Amino acid sequence: MSRTPQNSATKISSFVLIIIFIGLALSLSALMVALAYFGSGNEVLAGYFLLVGFLGVALSTYVLFQTRRRIMRLKIEIPPVTTTIECRKCGFKSVREFQRGDYIFKEVEPCQKCNDKMLITAIYREVKEKLGP
Amino acid sequence: MNIFAVISGLQNTVTQEPFGEFSWILNLLFYVVFIIFIFYGQRIQMYVMIREVEGSLYKLKYIKDEGRKTAIETIKEIGKPQVDPTVRVDRFLEYFTISPQSLDPAGVVWKLEHILDVRDVRFKDEVKFMAPAADETQVNNLENTLEAAMALNYIYKVIRHYYLLGKKTLSLYIIMQLQMILPLIMREAEAYASALKAFAYGQPIGDGAGALVAAKLMYGHEKRKIPKDCVVATVPIEGRTAYVIKAEGPGGNVGKIGDGIRTVIEENEGKIATVIMIDAAMKLEGEEIGEVAEGVGAAIGGPGVDQFKIEESLLKYRIPINAVIVKEDIGDAVSPMRKEIFEAVDKAIERIKQVILEKTKEGDKVIIAGVGNTIGIAQ
Ligand SMILES: [Zn+2]
Repeated sequence: MSRTPQNSATKISSFVLIIIFIGLALSLSALMVALAYFGSGNEVLAGYFLLVGFLGVALSTYVLFQTRRRIMRLKIEIPPVTTTIECRKCGFKSVREFQRGDYIFKEVEPCQKCNDKMLITAIYREVKEKLGP
Repeated sequence: MNIFAVISGLQNTVTQEPFGEFSWILNLLFYVVFIIFIFYGQRIQMYVMIREVEGSLYKLKYIKDEGRKTAIETIKEIGKPQVDPTVRVDRFLEYFTISPQSLDPAGVVWKLEHILDVRDVRFKDEVKFMAPAADETQVNNLENTLEAAMALNYIYKVIRHYYLLGKKTLSLYIIMQLQMILPLIMREAEAYASALKAFAYGQPIGDGAGALVAAKLMYGHEKRKIPKDCVVATVPIEGRTAYVIKAEGPGGNVGKIGDGIRTVIEENEGKIATVIMIDAAMKLEGEEIGEVAEGVGAAIGGPGVDQFKIEESLLKYRIPINAVIVKEDIGDAVSPMRKEIFEAVDKAIERIKQVILEKTKEGDKVIIAGVGNTIGIAQ
């Protein structure tokens, strides 16, 4: 693998794109031909072209979305992680985004209410998952 | 296929002839396709598979490059090195460990332990060299980050090896095997990628469930260090004396729980009523994440050295061992701790108390060991 991934990845996708667009153009022209046949009254042939045209359009758009999805899947997303800070004395609680250096049972800035030491009691991420059976 | 139809259709519009005239061409085309598939079907299938593997390989390469980049950036940010650490990191990623010869298996555990110790010291030295400004916690975190990057690098290289081999030999069986295990490999690679981020930021991971249980039990009590990289606290629970053990946090660290447990047992001359271990464990697909289960045996993963040691010291004094596990899958285990797992910790503590009440008498001594990577969890 001496080639860089970005280069070959874009090369492949542009090549695929050209094929998809040629396919799309051809299927669209098939639809046009079908329309012309409808005009001249040859309905059997028109139906045939209509079928081919629609199939072509569907196939090429499907492939187009597939390649798009593959590109999108390449990104690694960082899940949002939250830190819960609690006051041991008065129970005051605040939730904020995780910051580098946070850890569970770390003492942080004093409480806004009673000026006592506050403590990080939880660090976790929440995942919204699709419900299954 | 539709190109041909369009061309013949265009001819039709020019000559205004009925379509039936051309039906023999469609027939012929059908037969040609049929024959091609009979003779070259397998080859076509193979090319499709190769393409699929290639796609995954690109993704793997992307993931591993991202991992390397994250590791280098983190080292630069935290370690403040004088020279660019890139070359050193690249060399680190290629480090290998040779497991001991087990032809004569007696004593292999100690040989394995020695090699793992050497590896650990070597890695720590390397990280300290790369990141001179990092403190103890950060050195541990950086080491974990680099190990994740190393794992990604290795996965990529192995998959690339079989991909190239399959392409070179055009062997359907190599390609097929590769394509069959790829979904699992990709899951693992993604897990390592998220682990890498968590290590770089110092976030608690799912594997730390056991360590968090111990941390919650020992918070606010007197702690002391025991070998190696472990802390122990004496905590009164339900009228019993509990020695709670965990790896020392909040840096990325699993500690040698086996040595810790042995030390405490020896200190008490074997007068321990029961040992309870808590660890995160792999769940089966379909099981709920954060489910707490209970059983017997030494709940500890890793290369097996610690499990061996724990079993040895328990056997010496015939101490019963109970285990409480928190279920999660590989992805959850190494990515930032999910809320479900965090909440499962309290359930696990309840279970532990139940076990203590049922299996021991008042005044007994018990050991509670929280196993797992304690990154982001102090005590
Ligand atoms: Zn307060």
